[in-house]
Amino acid sequence: MQPDPNQTREGAPAPSRSILFTRAGGFGPGAYLLFSALTLAAVVLCICVGSVNIPLRDTLRVVSAALRGDETPGSMARSIILSVRIPRVLCVSLVGASLALCGAAMQGLLKNPLADGSTMGVSSGAALGAVIAIAFDISIPGLPVSGRTGMAILFAFGSLLLILLLAYKLDSSLSTNTIILIGIVFSMFVSAISSFIITMVGEKVRNITFWTMGTLQNSSYMNALIMAVPLLVCGGILLHKAEELNAFSVGEDNARNIGVDVRRVKLEVLICISVLIGACVSLSGSIGFVGLVTPHILRRILGPNHRRLLPACAFGGAVFLLLADLACRTLLSPRELPIGIITSFVGAIVFVFIFYSQRRRTQ
Amino acid sequence: MMLEVRDLSVSYGTRRILDGVSFTVEAGQWLMLIGPNGAGKTTIVNAVSQGVSYTGQVLFEGKDVRRMRSRELARCLGVLTQNHYVGYSFTVEEVIRLGRYSHRPGYFEGGKDASEARVRDAVAKTGMGPFLRQSVLTLSGGELQRAFLAQLFVQDPRLLMLDEPTNHLDLIYQKQVFALVRKWMEDTGGAVVSVVHDLSLARMYGTHAVLLERGRPVVVGTIEEAFRPEVLNSVYGMDVGEWMRGLLNQWD
Repeated sequence: MQPDPNQTREGAPAPSRSILFTRAGGFGPGAYLLFSALTLAAVVLCICVGSVNIPLRDTLRVVSAALRGDETPGSMARSIILSVRIPRVLCVSLVGASLALCGAAMQGLLKNPLADGSTMGVSSGAALGAVIAIAFDISIPGLPVSGRTGMAILFAFGSLLLILLLAYKLDSSLSTNTIILIGIVFSMFVSAISSFIITMVGEKVRNITFWTMGTLQNSSYMNALIMAVPLLVCGGILLHKAEELNAFSVGEDNARNIGVDVRRVKLEVLICISVLIGACVSLSGSIGFVGLVTPHILRRILGPNHRRLLPACAFGGAVFLLLADLACRTLLSPRELPIGIITSFVGAIVFVFIFYSQRRRTQ
Repeated sequence: MMLEVRDLSVSYGTRRILDGVSFTVEAGQWLMLIGPNGAGKTTIVNAVSQGVSYTGQVLFEGKDVRRMRSRELARCLGVLTQNHYVGYSFTVEEVIRLGRYSHRPGYFEGGKDASEARVRDAVAKTGMGPFLRQSVLTLSGGELQRAFLAQLFVQDPRLLMLDEPTNHLDLIYQKQVFALVRKWMEDTGGAVVSVVHDLSLARMYGTHAVLLERGRPVVVGTIEEAFRPEVLNSVYGMDVGEWMRGLLNQWD
């Protein structure tokens, strides 16, 4: 999709210093406080509401007792909050933040608002690794993470290397068009293998099918930790690359001309993205549209500058997925929908709306 | 010697695009790369700016540019292309400020970056002040080219490489861009290498020229040497002088 040529930026924040914005065009402390407050509100809402609704006062009492180290065996509310809701909410927020961050970084790097983990083929590669692990009960001895997580990250890495190798063979400058083209072909090929495996292992089909549609049902504190580490490391690196991503968004040739080491930056960003997507897919299955829609909406509000867009996407992705998870837990309660159905349903509608409104304005 | 290109050759697959091109550029010189379509002019710019692989050597003040880090190369050599396909609606100011990328001090380096003064100066020179808050996607071709010229001035390189910078632009913008580049050259004592299709512009602004034909240099020397009628006529396959005079006579 082409950017809207008539879009003006009168509403965009000026690069002058204020409580919300820094002179360099990033967010000031005020903006981070605002985002944190919004995310915290979504987190509290998701802890309180579910198939069993727990009043805010009780929730706060349970959480503060747990923070004080009060080990008193408690009520059903205590066990729901501490054993089910908080680990789940943590996992959902971390996965949402990671997916949106990856989407924003990829769309900046490839100068394409339709770029996503799936466009690169990394998600499909990670999903294939996880499908193999589930289908054949593969576990990696000696590793703290499950076989599914290990295989997903391994396959995400492998996919990335293969895609880059194939792209390099075609075009040594690793142009974005070549990468996207190879990514789409690779994604289709790998999805076919995944479907073949799912067809072959009949008795596990339901488990795998549910997982491939995205779910965070069995979240644990360990899962949240497994997700937090790559987000801190790789997410930190991506945030640090905001200026380079701005340069790529203006144009890859322009990025090289102003002094960006385009090959190195591309490789660093793509590796970070593959690690984050591998970790996300292993924990939650394939959750579509978070990485596509969140950056798209936030870019329209805040402008394309990655100094603002990347941190906003981290918070925005977390909130979007928290609300989607809340919907999938409560819409057909006590039954639970796969989270991917909700994100794809909402995401596709929002995306079509944005696409058509842009087209209308262009015409 | 600011820029020295030795025996530069570029091939795409089995097809040789450039074949053994050598030339030098000194401070204060404006070297025009001229020749018919497919002569390899843009390929020289791409090779010198490390956009395509090549054989031969490109030296900037005696140092092989292949051994330079990207930021160091950008501080020596700035490139302005003819077309800009900006992906998103960045403001003009955001695009201009990106030019300081190669000058930003690293985490372990001291010193202050003179960004603000450079940005103000470049904006004033190019007249982009009224457009700073505007999206680059809303600019006309000439305004967009001036925005990227401002980015190039902010980058503050020692040598400018311009790849048909006024192609598709109206006469007024052509004049503006070339006048701005000449002013930059006079102010900074830098040098310019530019690919130009319009021979009258090349003649008016150039001090030196490389005349190319099918990837091979036909003339490397002063602008007068390259503009000898018998050489131009042979390379372009027509009486260039007669054609130009005919164009001008239409205005009498």
